[in-house]
Amino acid sequence: MTDAVVATPRNYLWPGEGNCRVPYWVYADPAVYEREQERIFRGPTWNYVALEAQLPTPGDFKTTFVGDTPVIVTRDQKGALHAMVNKCAHRGATVCRTQSGNAKGFTCIYHQWNYDLQGRLAGVPFRGGVLDGDRRVGGMPADFSLADHGLTKLKVESLNGVVFASFDPGMMPVREYLGETMLYYVERVFDGRPLRMLGTLRQRIAANWKLIFENIKDPYHATLLHVFLVSFGLFRADQKSKVEMDSTGRHAVLVSRRGEQKATAGTSDMSSFKADYRLHDPTLLAGRREFKDENTVVMQTIFPNLIVQQQTNTLAMRQIVPQGPDHFELVWDFFGYADDDEEMTRFRLRQANLMGPAGLVSVDDTEAMEMCQRTLAAPGAPAAILEMGGRECRNEEHMVTETAIRGFYQYYRRIMGFDGEAV
Amino acid sequence: MSNGEVKLEIEQLLTDYVECLDEDRLEEWPEFFSEDGVYRVVSRENADRNLPLATLSCESKAMMLDRVTAIRNASVFSPRYLRHLVSGLRVRGPEAGAYLAQASYVVFQTMEGGETAVFNAGRYVDKIVFADGQAKFKEKIVIYDGARIPGLLVIPL
Repeated sequence: MTDAVVATPRNYLWPGEGNCRVPYWVYADPAVYEREQERIFRGPTWNYVALEAQLPTPGDFKTTFVGDTPVIVTRDQKGALHAMVNKCAHRGATVCRTQSGNAKGFTCIYHQWNYDLQGRLAGVPFRGGVLDGDRRVGGMPADFSLADHGLTKLKVESLNGVVFASFDPGMMPVREYLGETMLYYVERVFDGRPLRMLGTLRQRIAANWKLIFENIKDPYHATLLHVFLVSFGLFRADQKSKVEMDSTGRHAVLVSRRGEQKATAGTSDMSSFKADYRLHDPTLLAGRREFKDENTVVMQTIFPNLIVQQQTNTLAMRQIVPQGPDHFELVWDFFGYADDDEEMTRFRLRQANLMGPAGLVSVDDTEAMEMCQRTLAAPGAPAAILEMGGRECRNEEHMVTETAIRGFYQYYRRIMGFDGEAV
Repeated sequence: MSNGEVKLEIEQLLTDYVECLDEDRLEEWPEFFSEDGVYRVVSRENADRNLPLATLSCESKAMMLDRVTAIRNASVFSPRYLRHLVSGLRVRGPEAGAYLAQASYVVFQTMEGGETAVFNAGRYVDKIVFADGQAKFKEKIVIYDGARIPGLLVIPL
């Protein structure tokens, strides 16, 4: 250990090895979780909250979360997007209780304080009191101002239909936040074409939220854990692929392409590879090239709460909602394009069988994350080891690396104040 | 068959179906479907909004078989026991050669070494045909009430 003592509630020490170690307290400690809410989710970050296709019409709204803070996202009568904390200014009650819909505004059920679609307080019942004979009694003080008591607003920006929100009013534009490389991959899917929502899947996973973010930055596991992916050549260690990050390390993308089903150097270390595994109905994996490049797997992690998923033709936003140190909800918004033909929609819906809470691939991840959470804080080694592909954080042209997880922790330590004397 | 006999047959089909799942005889599961049978598990949220996405879908018996093969050989999940209860069967029809059957279901899940918890609840919306006197699902749509799946869903509902 170095003397990398960090002034935190408990003097958390990051292991002297630096970004190739992750101390297990980051996944289990309630104080770390609270600091993440403050510094990350309510801090200078852009959080995914919706696709505009979910809110096509004035008055449309959905409820969601930024970190663990409940948020309403709306489209006002002029078409502008807004996001606000779903908490009445009066007594703190939940203002909007439905998942989505269309409304003129929101009325808290408790005392019927009413808010417009921008979150401004529009009315307070009995504000002027009531008449008792010829005398007016009760009511709010004369200097009570509606304008001072709206819902807490978040900054909102849409990038080609992807809606982000931030608690930081001074947040840089989304494009700048993403950086050139990540923007390229986001615009590869969101090029301005209107989307068609296919549906939402939700699951609650008994693991820390960072484990899913890391999972999608970790191509090493995908080549081993996922028998289904590997056996059918959908993702393999020996395919042309790369791992890229933005300049901070907080965002990353794994890019790969489908290969054939055959035993190769990439499967020799995989005891679970099944060369003779055949589908009785191969239409499950039937698909069509739809992007300019030949990449069939593009998994992008946008810090802190978004995963943009392309696996062949199944496209989805996975939104991470932390729920305490040891649980998170994963919300999968599946979509296609408004101009998809019937066959393409069928491909997307069928391939969705690979993903979600019942996904032929993703159930493995859920299991792995829950298994990690169950025992990571147990006595024994105090930190996870991330040395596959070296100890540095840099872009790589292969899959046998944990570089993007190291990149993530390089950034995480800085924003959380755990950087100490980094090695 | 009389209406009463049809309802008895369908009740028997549902009893056999959930027993097959609870006893982990998954290889037999596709056999409860007609040759052109389809199976879909959808959330109430998507169903209510007329969104086409299923949580799990099999468009053919072959796809059901592939699910079973994946459960047995590819997917990674902790051992668990399931118990399906079915109640409140209502049968209408036949319409276009199929009876329309609806029933409520609850699935309890017990992780190995763990306690029993309600895993899922909802309704079965089924189309049932008789082939050689045998009742089979031509279509089985499972619409679950919960917004979220706790953990993962592997064994069919």
